[in-house]
Amino acid sequence: MNETWLAWLVAFPALMSVAVAACGRWPNLRETVSVATAVLLFAGIAWLGGPVVDGARPSVTLLEVLPGIGLTFTLEPLGLLFALVASGLWSLTTIYAAGYMRGNAEHAQTRFFVFFALAISAAIGIAFAGNLVTLFIFYEMLTLSTYPLVTHHGDTESRNGGRVYLGILLTTSIGFFLPAIVITYLVSGSVTFTDGGLFADAGLGVLGAGALYMLFLYGTGKAALMPFHRWLPAAMVAPTPVSALLHAVAVVKAGVFIVLKLSVYVFGVDYLAATGASVPMMWVATITVLGASLIAMTRDNLKARLAYSTVSQLSYIVLGATMASKLGILGGGMHIAMHAFAKITLFFCAGAIYTATHRKHVSELDGLGYAMPITFSAFFIASVSLAGIPPMGGIWSKWYLMEGAADGGHNAIILVLAISSLLNIVYLLEIPTRAFFYNPRPDTPRHWQEAPLACVIPLSITAAASIVWFLYPLPFLQLLAPWAPQ
Amino acid sequence: MITQFLEQLPALVIVLPLMAAPVCVLLHRATLAWLVYLITAWACFAIAFLLFVQVKVGGPISYAMGGWPPPFGIELRLDALNVVVLLLVTGIGALCSVYAKASVAVEIARERVYLFYAALLLCLCGLAGITVTGDAFNLFVFLEISSLASYGLIAMGTKRRALLSAFQYLIMGTIGGTFLLIGIGFLYMMTGSLNMADIAQRLPAVAHTRTVEAGLAFIVVGASLKFALFPLHVWLPNAYTFAPSTASVFIAATSTKVALYALIRFLFTVFGAAYAFDRLPLGEVLIVLSVAAMLSASLAAIFQTDVKRLLAWSSIAQIGYIVMGFALASPAGITASVAHIVNHGIIKGALFMAAGALFWRMRSVSLNDIAGLGRSMPWTSAAFVVAGLSLVGVPATGGFISKWLLLEAVIAPGRYWLAAAILVSSLLALIYIWRVVEALYFRAAPEGRVALGEAPLSMRLATWTLVLANIALGIYATPLVQAAERAATSLLGSGA
Amino acid sequence: MSLASLSDDFFGLFNYWVVIVLMMIGFYTVISHDNLVKKLIGLNLFQTAVFVFYISMGKITGSTAPILMDGPAGEDALYAHPLPHVLILTAIVVGVATTALGLALVVRINEAYGSIEEDDVLAADFETQASESEDEARRSERAQARQQREEARDEHDDGERDERTPEQREAADERREPSS
Repeated sequence: MNETWLAWLVAFPALMSVAVAACGRWPNLRETVSVATAVLLFAGIAWLGGPVVDGARPSVTLLEVLPGIGLTFTLEPLGLLFALVASGLWSLTTIYAAGYMRGNAEHAQTRFFVFFALAISAAIGIAFAGNLVTLFIFYEMLTLSTYPLVTHHGDTESRNGGRVYLGILLTTSIGFFLPAIVITYLVSGSVTFTDGGLFADAGLGVLGAGALYMLFLYGTGKAALMPFHRWLPAAMVAPTPVSALLHAVAVVKAGVFIVLKLSVYVFGVDYLAATGASVPMMWVATITVLGASLIAMTRDNLKARLAYSTVSQLSYIVLGATMASKLGILGGGMHIAMHAFAKITLFFCAGAIYTATHRKHVSELDGLGYAMPITFSAFFIASVSLAGIPPMGGIWSKWYLMEGAADGGHNAIILVLAISSLLNIVYLLEIPTRAFFYNPRPDTPRHWQEAPLACVIPLSITAAASIVWFLYPLPFLQLLAPWAPQ
Repeated sequence: MITQFLEQLPALVIVLPLMAAPVCVLLHRATLAWLVYLITAWACFAIAFLLFVQVKVGGPISYAMGGWPPPFGIELRLDALNVVVLLLVTGIGALCSVYAKASVAVEIARERVYLFYAALLLCLCGLAGITVTGDAFNLFVFLEISSLASYGLIAMGTKRRALLSAFQYLIMGTIGGTFLLIGIGFLYMMTGSLNMADIAQRLPAVAHTRTVEAGLAFIVVGASLKFALFPLHVWLPNAYTFAPSTASVFIAATSTKVALYALIRFLFTVFGAAYAFDRLPLGEVLIVLSVAAMLSASLAAIFQTDVKRLLAWSSIAQIGYIVMGFALASPAGITASVAHIVNHGIIKGALFMAAGALFWRMRSVSLNDIAGLGRSMPWTSAAFVVAGLSLVGVPATGGFISKWLLLEAVIAPGRYWLAAAILVSSLLALIYIWRVVEALYFRAAPEGRVALGEAPLSMRLATWTLVLANIALGIYATPLVQAAERAATSLLGSGA
Repeated sequence: MSLASLSDDFFGLFNYWVVIVLMMIGFYTVISHDNLVKKLIGLNLFQTAVFVFYISMGKITGSTAPILMDGPAGEDALYAHPLPHVLILTAIVVGVATTALGLALVVRINEAYGSIEEDDVLAADFETQASESEDEARRSERAQARQQREEARDEHDDGERDERTPEQREAADERREPSS
């Protein structure tokens, strides 16, 4: 099969980053190039990837990295979903970033947008990867291309945050993921993603399968499983558009996408169910869900609270993968999209609040809702979606996750999901509640003082999307048809 | 005519630099000497490439020096293993010729530049000689030629500490070479031959004698001194730090690799894997020492404030990887070893070139002096970052391929602790590489420094050639891996 | 152990004993003496021992010098093995070159340090290194202090660094309890 368009789509943002770098002196042109690239990328993926929904699996191998292992791109439903989410939200994030960077007069804006493009390229590479080695190459590329974004400010604090970021991500990937790939290759003779998994007749015992699964999942540091979650709050040193990109669009989604992909195409849902290899990690995910929520409740810094909320929400998707049931995969996949839209809205709002009023802490937001109604309404919508309450889209993913738990016989997980919804309400809905219902401080503005338009429009769009997905989840069900109930 | 010429290639690759060295001395002028070096080095690289193709297509080449048939005469023997090493040595030599012009101009007094190039040519001759020879004593002679040339090269460093470093290297290196000579003497005593293939044939009959066992021990220790296996590594940090930049590049990238090649040749071709590793616990001893090297040297590198010294300690650690590979005595292990010989040569070459470029600009490579150069020297700093990441083992670089192969070799027989040691030392490498990266990019330039600009184009070109070669070998490693596999097969297939 | 086997082991192999004794004297000299020239002398002794080893290896009992003789005496003659002699000539040359280079280095060291005792040279080196490290440490301290001073002036939407004044923080803590 010779679908080189897969490789072109992966390379497209990276190639256009050269154009972005060249346009450095004309900011408007530079931003237009970025947005145009994003839109074209999304259109390209949507149009060329359409046949995947009907069961096609386009694939291309560029060259042989090692004897027998090639740089292969293969498109399948999960990858298509991740690629669409990433490319779709990239254009919005670019517009928002333009508004934010100019509103805060940030330095080195060209470098920022160049590495943005490179990061998206790496994310699409992860989405399209056809085997573990290709996946690993682009995974590390994502870590390295987001490092300059995280440490954008270049001061001591961002250097320290960058150290934690790089330290944890590279340690987990080189220390755990790499040996896991090698073991997989030695045990099963292949690293290609295969329907039904690689270990069906490989003779890996229950204990071995469990250990290997743990090695893989802890090796995916971007999925932020405890105790390797610390990089997420440390990455808060980044400007807010980077946090939006990291926490909603590319980096963490890549992590949990990899977890899903491993569970389906390396181990296989049936194999996991039969051997119970994923059960220890299911409990780790449970601890992360609850633990991160509890920590989030104690954080006054808004971005810190959102960071820990992300850690918690990511483990929803990990739960979906470890439950070893098809509905779990469906729920996890849908949550990739639902959480992306909701979380990016929340981060857009946090950045908008800072740009308009220079406030970073939850306790400072009392009564601010009247000065920034759009922002806080969007925040409200996104929080409800994350809590899994109708009429926002988050209910669907939570529904399927609970169904998957019931399917697999893990009734305790249903309880955990319910408890975490309550915790979500507490620490997320506190903010719109304070904004609209608490008495404002004397120095809080009472008149309209919204963030720049370039910030407000994207967050409104993503918030509206959450409502739309509630009413119209069909595209997701179609995309994830192999795991949807018939 | 052409075939006659092609037949002489194995000898030419030694003779050309040997003859060019006195020409350099006669010419006296710096530019002329450099030109002689440039032409010779690239000619040698072309020869090495032709030899590589010949061996790949036609199998091992045997060349009788002076027409005297082996085992009476000296035989030059090229097989799958040493053509790869020869390519590495001549390739680095050729790139050094591009790099050296600007670098040498600031580090060595103009009236002595011709001596530098003469010594460099002699070193190249010696290393090429070790690589192509099939005679044990001949190997010793070329080893001493290259070592003497390196002592001279190191002594030409700018600081006076270079003199003592060269002297200490001389003492330790000569002891190592003499040990090697004793070992060869024992083998000669018992087999009556100096030709490696011949010794290999005659050895099984006398392999049970203590003489041969002592010979093996002397050869292993002597070679270990030359490639700085822990704990015989004491000479290396000073030698690499105080040598002129070009000399550091050349010596760091090639001389230890060639010494490793020499040991591999002795262990597998002369003694045979069965004798060396099954009868005697040599494998276990080497593995323990290599783990010690990997971990302790990486730790030592973290605390250095001088970039060249940091890279020197890093080399000691990386040599541990290579030793672990062939100490496993399995096809996968030797493949990993050979692949890392090539990859590490390229990586260290690139890193030392970048350090030399920083030195060219700042006349110092301490972390304080290079602070903030990420902005004013973007190409050099980026080269350092990429090569450093390759050292850590980030995918899409050559270092990743070596790590992959080594992990395969170590996990397959179930030696998980060795795998853990490899991964821990990779992460330690991340720490010390990142210290330099942070100094380059995160620290503000010291007060009073005027933004000066990049290194000369020739130095950048050479550095980035190595960096791109590294990336190419990371993305499309199949040719290298296949060459290494061929080498491993030929080593394990021959030998008793 | 009978006297015969003892004499065989000792007198029969006395060339090896010579080699061992010479080698150890040389090695000990290299390690223990501080004077650089004496180290080189020790190195030479060490190498000479190996030369003796090779040459004695080549002697065959009852043999003569390996120069071809014409005539009937030449046909029945037993020659010593010429190859070790040749090898050692090469090795001697290597030894000479090494000694020459070593001595040249000693001359340069003497010019640079004023002494050829390794202790003195190392002491001078340690002094230099110590003062250099002190310099480096002081410079990095100053650079860090300067950078921190500059950064304290920045305000960013990042990290957990709290830029509020203590009064603002107190007020915020109070307000964390619901007040409406």
